[in-house]
Amino acid sequence: MRGALIRIRVSISHPMETGYRRSSEGERLSRNIIKKFSCMLNGDLIFSADLYPAISANPYLSFQHRAARSGELTFLWEGDGGFKHVERVIMSVQ
Amino acid sequence: MISLGLRGSLRCRLSRILIQRDSFKWHALMAVFLTCVFSCSQAQTVHSLLTAKPQDARLSGFEFMGESTRALQLDASQNPAMLSVREGEQLWSARIGSKQAACQDCHGNANESMRGIASRYPAWDGAIKRPVSLSHRINLCRSRYLGMDQSLIEGPATLALEAYLALQSKADRITSVDDPNVLPWLENGHRLFEKRIGQIALSCADCHEHRAGSRLGASVIPQAHPTAYPVYRLQWQSLGALSRRIRGCFSGIRAELPEPYSDPMVSLELYLRQRAAGMPHEGPGVRP
Amino acid sequence: MTTQPLRSQTAPSKDAQFTLPDHSPDADRPLASSYEDAIKRFRGPRNLIPGRIKLNIAVLIDNGNTVPISIAVIPTPHSLSNIESIAVFSERNPQHEVIRLTVEPGHSSTEVASRIRLATSQKLIAIANFEDNTCCSDEVDVIVTLAACLEGEG
Repeated sequence: MRGALIRIRVSISHPMETGYRRSSEGERLSRNIIKKFSCMLNGDLIFSADLYPAISANPYLSFQHRAARSGELTFLWEGDGGFKHVERVIMSVQ
Repeated sequence: MISLGLRGSLRCRLSRILIQRDSFKWHALMAVFLTCVFSCSQAQTVHSLLTAKPQDARLSGFEFMGESTRALQLDASQNPAMLSVREGEQLWSARIGSKQAACQDCHGNANESMRGIASRYPAWDGAIKRPVSLSHRINLCRSRYLGMDQSLIEGPATLALEAYLALQSKADRITSVDDPNVLPWLENGHRLFEKRIGQIALSCADCHEHRAGSRLGASVIPQAHPTAYPVYRLQWQSLGALSRRIRGCFSGIRAELPEPYSDPMVSLELYLRQRAAGMPHEGPGVRP
Repeated sequence: MTTQPLRSQTAPSKDAQFTLPDHSPDADRPLASSYEDAIKRFRGPRNLIPGRIKLNIAVLIDNGNTVPISIAVIPTPHSLSNIESIAVFSERNPQHEVIRLTVEPGHSSTEVASRIRLATSQKLIAIANFEDNTCCSDEVDVIVTLAACLEGEG
């Protein structure tokens, strides 16, 4: 319904390696995290998060959006090593 | 609620997106109150389903964990195991291996054919003449009928499929072991459960039978019922089968680790199943 | 699913020295040197106003690897300004920055949630900056328990 407050929950499989752990051989495991999550509606940013190693593995985010218009939601995760993952959802608001 | 079903390569990043109307911000105070009441009663119903009957002293590990961890398991949109369930769902219908066949070619819809499967394993495999865990059964099936490589034993794909199948067993009661073929392994499992092993010389029973409910450090010792496997263990930050948990325990008491799918391993899993017979399966769960 | 075998993370003792990586991998995300410094840099010269934000977290944590948190920001009769950004900082993690959020422009209230790692028992603070150059904060003390049985193999 137009104007309704909706909750969007996203999660993605990713180890979020902190960069502080050592392997059983004693070598430091280099950092490998998702650094940024963005959610756009028809290209306009409606939510973004800068993530640090303190975010748990398989990062989960939950945020709100007031559904004023229909459109395409784009979800973008970017991280170390050129990591990039995009998902798209069509949202229809009546 | 809109739940996005994702397609992509089998090894693509698994992500889940859930969109729902946020009732908690609805401006009518009464609506907020009713939502809270409904949520509480719904949580109570699930809680009742998950606890054993009052006269049964057995308790799932669910009962021993904190409120926030319980909430993680109960909410499918937050349960980290659901990422693997999603992967397993995709693998169920994916055409793979030398035969380009899929699980669903033989088994159809998993939510019909696989109802309660996780509560009936480990079970006898007539071809290799021994009981096998669900994980082993999935591997055997994929190698026999899909032409998959056996070297992927206990690999991520097997685990994801196991998670997907465990979801089909949610709320079903773990069944009693009544196949006479598996009795020698069941007895062996009972014996192993009571046997002191490792550098620290502890048996499973020492902690999980005689000291369940007391503390090891700051952690409460659970009773070790396999009611939520494969489980997303916060300590692992990933999903793991019962065999992984058992190996973790063996490692913790400085004992030699049983090999995957070995006789000692499946014997213990079989005994744990019998010990938990009648308790409800929680689907893939979360544990500390 | 991760393809890298994960090993259990155990929290360091109170006296352990955290060694930061040789250099920050993010030139555009310089790290604060202390908890107070992190808070000061995010707040800037903004005036701190009471209320408006609540950091929800369990007081007793089963495992510091995955700790659910949620942050609720609501307007008050004396403060209706729109939210600019929200940040969470930890007192005793190797890095003090936890997460920084930017919500949709033009909103004076929101509720966000995530799951974080806490290295040890410590304070956690959530700060919201508003368009009218004010900010608000909520700080909590959490106790993190550890698994006592240390597994060599994950």
